[in-house]
Amino acid sequence: MNSPLVLLFNKLPMLLAVRVEPPMAYRHTYGPAVDPITRLGWGLGIISVLVIVIIGVLLLGGVLRKRTAPSAADPHQLAVRRDAGGMAWIYVGGGISAVVLVGCMAWTLLVTAEVTKLPSSPALTVQVTASQWWWSLRYLNANPSHIFTTANEIHIPVGQPVRFELASTDVIHSFWIPQLAGKMDVIPGQTNVMWLQADQPGTYRGQCAAFCGRQHAHMALFIVADTPQDFAAWQDRQLTERIVPTTEENHRGERIFQTHCAACHTIRGTNPAGSFGPDLSHLMSRSTIAAGLLANTPGNLADWIANPESVKPGTRMPAQILSGPELASVTSYLNTLH
Amino acid sequence: MAVIETDRIPSIARATDDSPSSAILRENWEGRPGVGGWLATVDHKEIGKRYVVTAFIFLIIGGLEALVMRLQLARPNQTLLTPEQYSQLFTMHGVTMIFLYALPVLSGFSNYLWPLLLGSRDMAFPRLNALSYWVFLFAGIFLYSSFVVGKGPDDGWFNYVPYASLAYNPGPNIDVYALGMVLLGISTTVGSMNFIVTLAHTRAPGMSINRVPILVWGTLTASVGNLFAVPAVSLAFFMLWMDRQVGTHFFDSTAGGQPLLWQHLFWMFGHPWVYAIVLPAMGIVSDALPTFCRRPLVGYTAVALATVTTMVLGFGVWAHHMFASGLPILSLSFFGAASMVIVIPSAVAVFAWIATIWTGRPVFTAAFLYFAGFVLLFVIGGVSGFMTAAVPLDWQLTRTYFVVAHLHYVIIGINVFPVVGGVYYWFPKVTGRLMNEALGKWSFWVMFTGFNVAFFPMHILGLLGMPRRIYTYGSGLGWGTTNLIVSIGAFVFATGILLFFINIFLSLKRGVPASANPWDAASLEWSTSSPPPAYNFAVIPIVASRYPLWEDRMDEGAERSSVGAGMLLDRGRETIGTTALDAEPDVILKMPGDSYAPLLLALAMTAAFVALLLHSAWGFGTAAVVTALTSIGWLWPKRSLMQIETSHD
Amino acid sequence: MIERALTAGTTGAQAATQIAIPGRKLPVGSKGHLASGWLGMLTLIATEATLFAYLLFSYFYLASHALGTWPPSGAPSLRIAVPGTLILIAGSVVMWWGERGIKRGNPGQLMIGLAAALILGTVFLAMQGLEWSGEPFKLHTNVYSSLYFTITGFHMLHVIVGLLMLAVLLLWTAFGYFSADRHSAASIGVMYWHFVTIVWLAVFFTFYITPRLG
Repeated sequence: MNSPLVLLFNKLPMLLAVRVEPPMAYRHTYGPAVDPITRLGWGLGIISVLVIVIIGVLLLGGVLRKRTAPSAADPHQLAVRRDAGGMAWIYVGGGISAVVLVGCMAWTLLVTAEVTKLPSSPALTVQVTASQWWWSLRYLNANPSHIFTTANEIHIPVGQPVRFELASTDVIHSFWIPQLAGKMDVIPGQTNVMWLQADQPGTYRGQCAAFCGRQHAHMALFIVADTPQDFAAWQDRQLTERIVPTTEENHRGERIFQTHCAACHTIRGTNPAGSFGPDLSHLMSRSTIAAGLLANTPGNLADWIANPESVKPGTRMPAQILSGPELASVTSYLNTLH
Repeated sequence: MAVIETDRIPSIARATDDSPSSAILRENWEGRPGVGGWLATVDHKEIGKRYVVTAFIFLIIGGLEALVMRLQLARPNQTLLTPEQYSQLFTMHGVTMIFLYALPVLSGFSNYLWPLLLGSRDMAFPRLNALSYWVFLFAGIFLYSSFVVGKGPDDGWFNYVPYASLAYNPGPNIDVYALGMVLLGISTTVGSMNFIVTLAHTRAPGMSINRVPILVWGTLTASVGNLFAVPAVSLAFFMLWMDRQVGTHFFDSTAGGQPLLWQHLFWMFGHPWVYAIVLPAMGIVSDALPTFCRRPLVGYTAVALATVTTMVLGFGVWAHHMFASGLPILSLSFFGAASMVIVIPSAVAVFAWIATIWTGRPVFTAAFLYFAGFVLLFVIGGVSGFMTAAVPLDWQLTRTYFVVAHLHYVIIGINVFPVVGGVYYWFPKVTGRLMNEALGKWSFWVMFTGFNVAFFPMHILGLLGMPRRIYTYGSGLGWGTTNLIVSIGAFVFATGILLFFINIFLSLKRGVPASANPWDAASLEWSTSSPPPAYNFAVIPIVASRYPLWEDRMDEGAERSSVGAGMLLDRGRETIGTTALDAEPDVILKMPGDSYAPLLLALAMTAAFVALLLHSAWGFGTAAVVTALTSIGWLWPKRSLMQIETSHD
Repeated sequence: MIERALTAGTTGAQAATQIAIPGRKLPVGSKGHLASGWLGMLTLIATEATLFAYLLFSYFYLASHALGTWPPSGAPSLRIAVPGTLILIAGSVVMWWGERGIKRGNPGQLMIGLAAALILGTVFLAMQGLEWSGEPFKLHTNVYSSLYFTITGFHMLHVIVGLLMLAVLLLWTAFGYFSADRHSAASIGVMYWHFVTIVWLAVFFTFYITPRLG
């Protein structure tokens, strides 16, 4: 049994990993798949700002510098009498630009080589299948009985490379968690592979980054980097077979689920069912629902089930005609699925 | 029966607009009066003005679409627009600005100015010129036809499959976009053909290729580029229409098709296109800025070569729009390197402009402000492009507001600002009145400030992770304040544009009357009256340098251009044809007069596309027959054009 | 050549030299390759050739990504395509011969050339139609069939436009419009016809030869 102090000690890295950055900002990043890119970005950004300042100064200087006014005798006089001249500007400016560009090209190639080296033995491989407008996640394993499916919230062990295989059931999406990796498109008919690693525990937000239809704006995803113990605990929970309802209300809720929801949603251990919608086996292990649109609270869950169209207009989830008690029962049941 | 002369020595004379010979020219070149004349005109100046006015109308429509979107995005979680409405707005905003404003406005400038810059009386194909305008107008109306009933295309201007395919977009909206774009492509193609042949064939004697204004280089380069780029997008849209309506499988991954084929074809067109919409505008600056620096452009040859190099390289960078699509790293690296190399010719042009200002003596007119401001905006847009050219960095930046910032800096900075400056510059030539300078300066500062307040913070939004094409965003993401600033800036920028249009209307009525050359500029158009007569030049000028009207004040040599004496070419509508490089006269070209054929042909072609949209085989067949007959009538050899020797009348 | 005619200097210390042009006879109107239409047709050919380049690019792109054999139903038969190709080449040859005739002032030869090319072109179309109807796949069968009918179909459209041109040119020649000095329209039409033939060679090579290579 763990004393509270030990528990706190285990959770401390997570608590300390307080990042005050806005969730999607990538000025500071947290993994080897993206850190070289961030340094490159800072470098090129600084060069860019310098270029703007230099050109601005030259422009202002050229415009404002003192010149002798044209003589009163010949007001139509031009500024020069020969067409030639001024070419030094082009040679010097163009030359410096070319040198800087070639240098940046070289740096870029080095960064590209570094971040595209797929790890030869990743700790984990996750098959990500994108659909309008959510993410299905299938955790692969050499042991077939250890393969499980979840949705929208990806847990990974901190400090370890993870491989992702990206596929789509419908249109083009893009898999992007800015603080951990550059984006990779998800294209129907092909599987794109990428990798990332989180060096600090915590939650990293992502969002679909390719226009995929009406609710493209609300197709978020999360990567939660767990300490090894937390990850093991999470994984064990995901592998649990059927969570049996204990109360009368929850039994009712399970039955309502079977008749109204099972055509699209799977709950492990119940009758095998649909995959049009997210796997709900351990719905309560996720902090959000509707692909990051709502916090996972009982109230939000009830609203979402009762009227998905008003929450996420255009969603593929049809509204369920449930009476008040029915809605309460199924929500109560779902709330047991930790 | 008149003697048919198959060749003659052209008479040379001294003449001005008041000479008796000019009265004959006026009679030859002035079009029919009334509505008939308005519909049948082939006068390049008329057509150029129409292009510019129509393009500005589309600019206003596209701008209003943007303002509505900025209202929606100003705060988090707003519900001013539904997601579907927002998708249609951002799609039509892109389509309108990129296709119905950006190129047509430059076509308008070039149509109006080219013969005047080149010392000619018309473009090589006057009727084709009219056709390209009518098809543009009808294609624009066609493209808007479904939007106005709330069923506009909604998959972005880039229209990626599979979302654009029938399974996900069953309505007529994408079909309207696809067919409309093929129709618009006809206008762009025939316009490009016209510019190329005009440049190759109808310049004033002595205007060798190294004396041609940079605007001409820019439009020529864009036209050659368009000839090779437009077929890609026309094909892509036609294949999409076939997938949707005829049952083919080009982009259908379930039947062996490839969604990425769409992206390749689209961007093989799309990237050269963005150079087509800026190179002529850069040419406007290269020609007009020197006037206000009181010296010729520094590095004419370097700038001309940079223009051509940019276009050529522009065909080798298209996959930089696809860096995140999973293409092999080797090919991505090639495209990334090419995307960096293409910065070099742009840098050459920037330093040429700065050198011209620095070594010149600036005259602070409103036009000058626009051109100077343009240089800074060009560089800001250029460096953000340079950042996205770095492949792995683009994996963060692409599809975020960083790219939205980049593309608006390059499109507004490199197209709109030169265009507005160009209007201030050439308005007196076109209308005979000067625009109001004070209001002009105000319009510049309001536009410049509003533009930077609207679009610079978008770089920050991109770095804060805000993706493109989202109709709203949550409140915990840190995007709210910056979006509000952006929206405010957008309205300030719109106010600047409004001031510009107010200036146009006021100046049309009450502007100070302008002389032939109010800016004391150097090129040939300033030797004509303001506005020019229908025949442009009383005699065809002979050109001895790049700056004919400044030769007396330069120490470049003894040769002088001749604008008061030259070939008359007054036996009907005539202009001189010359060799391509050295502009030596080699043929007297007979030019067609007003004709209804272009309008009829444009209507018939549009009808054919409407028939395809409505799946009407009979409609399509009829339209095709009318198209064929009208074309044959148009091309029927005429003695008046000396295409044949015998009379068939 | 541009000669110099000295005139009195107006401003500046140097004598200004007015450029003048000599009194040389220039042809009037559309004469041979000096006609604007000639250059115009060159640009049209450039853009249409590019269209076919993109079509063939699409073929090779989709072929390179195809799973399974390509073409799915095996390489298409040469039985009709080879004779058809030869017929089209023959059409270009007679057109070249016909144009030579009018350059020497012989409209009769041009008419024969146009009529022969018209017949040969029509035969080519008929053979293509025969081949189309005999294919084991339809337009919507798979991506290969989509490509096959679309690309050969685009070519056929260009042939039809070409035949229309030839017919109209035949009419104009019959009306006596063309002479040794003025026959730009005929030259332009002939150039277009050669373009149609060359495009076919590229299409033929792509569809019928490349599947048989390696």
